[in-house]
Amino acid sequence: MNQIAPVAALRSGGCGDAPILRERGQREVFCGLTGIIWLHRKIQDAFFLVVGSRTCAHLIQSAAGVMIFAEPRFATAIIDERDLAGLADANDELDRVVGRLIERRPDIKLLFLVGSCPSEVIKLDLSRAAQRLSRQMAPDVRVLSYSGSGIETTFTQGEDACLSSLVPELLAEAADAAPSLLVVGALADVVEAQLGRLFTAIGIQDVRFFPPRNSRDMPKIGPNTRMLLAQPFLAETGRLLEARGAQYLATPFPLGVEGTTAWLQAAATAFGVNQDHFDRAIAPARDRATGAVARHRAQLEGKSIFLFPDSQLEIPLARFLSRELGMKLVEVGTPYLHRQHLAAELDLLPEGTSLSEGQDVDLQLDRCRAAAPDLVVCGLGLANPLESEGMTTKWAIELVFTPIQGFDQAGDLAELFARPLVRRMKLAV
Amino acid sequence: MQLTLWTYEGPPHVGAMRVATGMEKLHYVLHAPQGDTYADLLFTMIERNAKRPPVTYTTFQARDLGSDTADLFKTAVRDAYARFQPQAMLVGASCTAELIQDDPGGLARALDLPVPVVAVELPAYQKKENWGANETFYRLVRAFAGPVERTPGGPRCNILGPTALGFRHRDDVREITGLLTRMGIAINVTAPLSATPADLVRLADADFNVVLYPEIASSTAAYLDRQFGQKSTKVIPIGVGATRDFIVEVAGLAGIDATAVLAESQSNLPWYSRSVDSTYLTNKRVFVFGDASHAIAAARMAEQEFGFKVVGLGTYSREFAREVREAARLYGIEALITDDYLEVEEQVAALQPELVLGTQMERHIAKRLGLPCAMISAPMHVQDFPARYAPQMGFEGANVIFDTWVHPLMMGLEEHLLGMFREDFEFNAAPSHLGASATPARVPEPVLETVAAQAVPDSSVQPQPAGPARWAPDAEKELSRIPFFVRGKARRNTEKFASDQGLTLITVETLYDAKAQVGR
Ligand code: SF4
Repeated sequence: MNQIAPVAALRSGGCGDAPILRERGQREVFCGLTGIIWLHRKIQDAFFLVVGSRTCAHLIQSAAGVMIFAEPRFATAIIDERDLAGLADANDELDRVVGRLIERRPDIKLLFLVGSCPSEVIKLDLSRAAQRLSRQMAPDVRVLSYSGSGIETTFTQGEDACLSSLVPELLAEAADAAPSLLVVGALADVVEAQLGRLFTAIGIQDVRFFPPRNSRDMPKIGPNTRMLLAQPFLAETGRLLEARGAQYLATPFPLGVEGTTAWLQAAATAFGVNQDHFDRAIAPARDRATGAVARHRAQLEGKSIFLFPDSQLEIPLARFLSRELGMKLVEVGTPYLHRQHLAAELDLLPEGTSLSEGQDVDLQLDRCRAAAPDLVVCGLGLANPLESEGMTTKWAIELVFTPIQGFDQAGDLAELFARPLVRRMKLAV
Repeated sequence: MQLTLWTYEGPPHVGAMRVATGMEKLHYVLHAPQGDTYADLLFTMIERNAKRPPVTYTTFQARDLGSDTADLFKTAVRDAYARFQPQAMLVGASCTAELIQDDPGGLARALDLPVPVVAVELPAYQKKENWGANETFYRLVRAFAGPVERTPGGPRCNILGPTALGFRHRDDVREITGLLTRMGIAINVTAPLSATPADLVRLADADFNVVLYPEIASSTAAYLDRQFGQKSTKVIPIGVGATRDFIVEVAGLAGIDATAVLAESQSNLPWYSRSVDSTYLTNKRVFVFGDASHAIAAARMAEQEFGFKVVGLGTYSREFAREVREAARLYGIEALITDDYLEVEEQVAALQPELVLGTQMERHIAKRLGLPCAMISAPMHVQDFPARYAPQMGFEGANVIFDTWVHPLMMGLEEHLLGMFREDFEFNAAPSHLGASATPARVPEPVLETVAAQAVPDSSVQPQPAGPARWAPDAEKELSRIPFFVRGKARRNTEKFASDQGLTLITVETLYDAKAQVGR
């Protein structure tokens, strides 16, 4: 999974070929199951059935806080002792659980069987189960499978695995179809709408988003598809889409004014948009964003920041924080570094930035304490303990659950980092 | 395989974490994949602990399987010992590691650490969180408690059961410690909460045990009885009556006279409950669900100390199903023993209680059904760890509970006034102390309490299908005259009545026929 593509030809300057600290100790990060929390709200006729243990059920419930709907569109089929006795039995059990589920929820059109550590260790073949169930329930329900297990995936890689499982479902576009733009990665609806309007203003008419809100609206794909990744953690999805003919557009990610401009520019260039027209089309949103970001610069400029690995958003965020807000990067940790998709980002990082990949949480905490940064970006398990040691922290998970991409979120994104510092200054207790 | 939407309890190793995190100078090495580190946030975010739980996870990955997961485990134990220097180590496996059978106990012992290593085997595919806490505490006590010379002096006891992430455990310990101290009883050890492994060694230096949470301390108490002849308390001191019974029981075990303590011990609950403004509480129909101890205690308080009528009682603690069934018989009802959230919701919807006493899950059920609710048991959320002192046990606990349970209800006088003024268009028919948001919603609505803000709105929630019977305009108008807080119930009851009678049109007559039939 997540095969790392060979290091692409890197431009000089920046951090493109900087050495990186690789650690293999305790990783304090979520597993890929966590992606279900935002994915089930994105694809609105899909249901996510985790095949796992009570731990898996508890993880999703705890990571989501408690998010209880009349009926949530995710659940866990908890494996018990009887299932461990024999595999044939476990498959029958799975069929029974899925049958019950579909009976309760006839509105489900797409069902994901999501593998976990236990299902993988006992070698429960969910892709075969998915094929079998898909045959049984055709044409009403399509059944797919992917792994969100902690032994295979880290946090946002769950989305990568989910989208990868959808790629073979996409219909082929004719080789002579007009060029289209495919935006890849789950974005909040509000962000999608804003980006859609910008693309229209720029003059790119045929823009498709993947994943779509409805499983029946899967975009077609072919050699005239140009693909913009909206998220930095889509290594496998990107690879599979390229294999289906899509042309990958290398660009920084749409975080901050600079990132969003470059990202839109990559599409404009690919579609041969006139430069003046492009500049005029994005000017209002871009100027608005520049002003919104500037309002937070005073608060953040010159402050040092340490990012623990969490979502793979760390490198684009670090680029934004250092270049648009003037923050000093102490250490930028990431669970995985995909050199090809992040090449443009790495080039923009200040030379000599300390990067780390993987984790040994105790050693990293030692480094963090020694550096005493002004702000620490970390997971929920570390935030309060670090606050109690006198550090100021920002929960990383909020960066995944909050709309942060595009011009109109750039100010909000800056504010997310400014707020903990403002708060620390304000409190007099 | 069991289809599960929400779970009341985590896996058993989370129970072990609650014990380890409650204790001092103990470190737990858990053979587990990276995702299992989510459990840290239960302690740091929900309980707002200032320290990380004393837990090291091996976070093995797929590429480690079959090759060096055992080495990984040994390295983790060695490093954790060197870094944290605990008095003892606890080792075990989570659900995934249980399947790869690395034998954490054997591997850790082979390291010859200079401190004791206790291995806990927690069958993750059979058992759950409370069982895991119970077993872990028992294994630790078995490993450490030994014969000791009795400290001279008056009666002494241990307090057993409080852990990290317990429902008001910290405050209960303070309240009960105060009560026992007033009785002239010395506290030998409180455990697991705040105890070190060294403290467990001297558990036998007490005459008896006070068991506050049987879900966590029952095996330990039975062991200490077998081993050292220490008897333990059975009464859970939640409520005025139970606290008084507890005092009598403790006095018996300590061989002292409790008359003076009983005479001076006061709670405001009895007077508040007798005060005429509480008359409106009479026979309010309550549904009670939680862990066994809290549910049984809440039901007793509801009936005897609030004058409510218990219409439903249940627990997710299957280990204590017998006790809850017995309690339910006292109220002439059948206990609901289940860990299936949907089953609980179904029963609440069917019973239409006027107050729900439950856990975090019931809070959401109640919110959706537009019913008032108060918390009595774990699992809970961050708002259930209040900043103020808020025990459940002892006399102060009874005061806290009185306020907590009455708060979501309409004040008696207010209820009356609402009835009088409901025709006034300027009158905002919501309880004044709850704010506008308390207005019960008839259509189920999504309830969002995410840790972080939500990115994408959900449109999965469909309105309930309309009932088969149609409402005549005059009946609909009459219904609108009924105070809002019973309107939803009146509507449902009438619709059910109409469908039972095979009626297709609901008239004013039907409304009152239904009222007469259903009554309460
Ligand atoms: S790490 Fe594995 S066992 Fe743990 S919650 Fe994730 S998938 Fe389940």
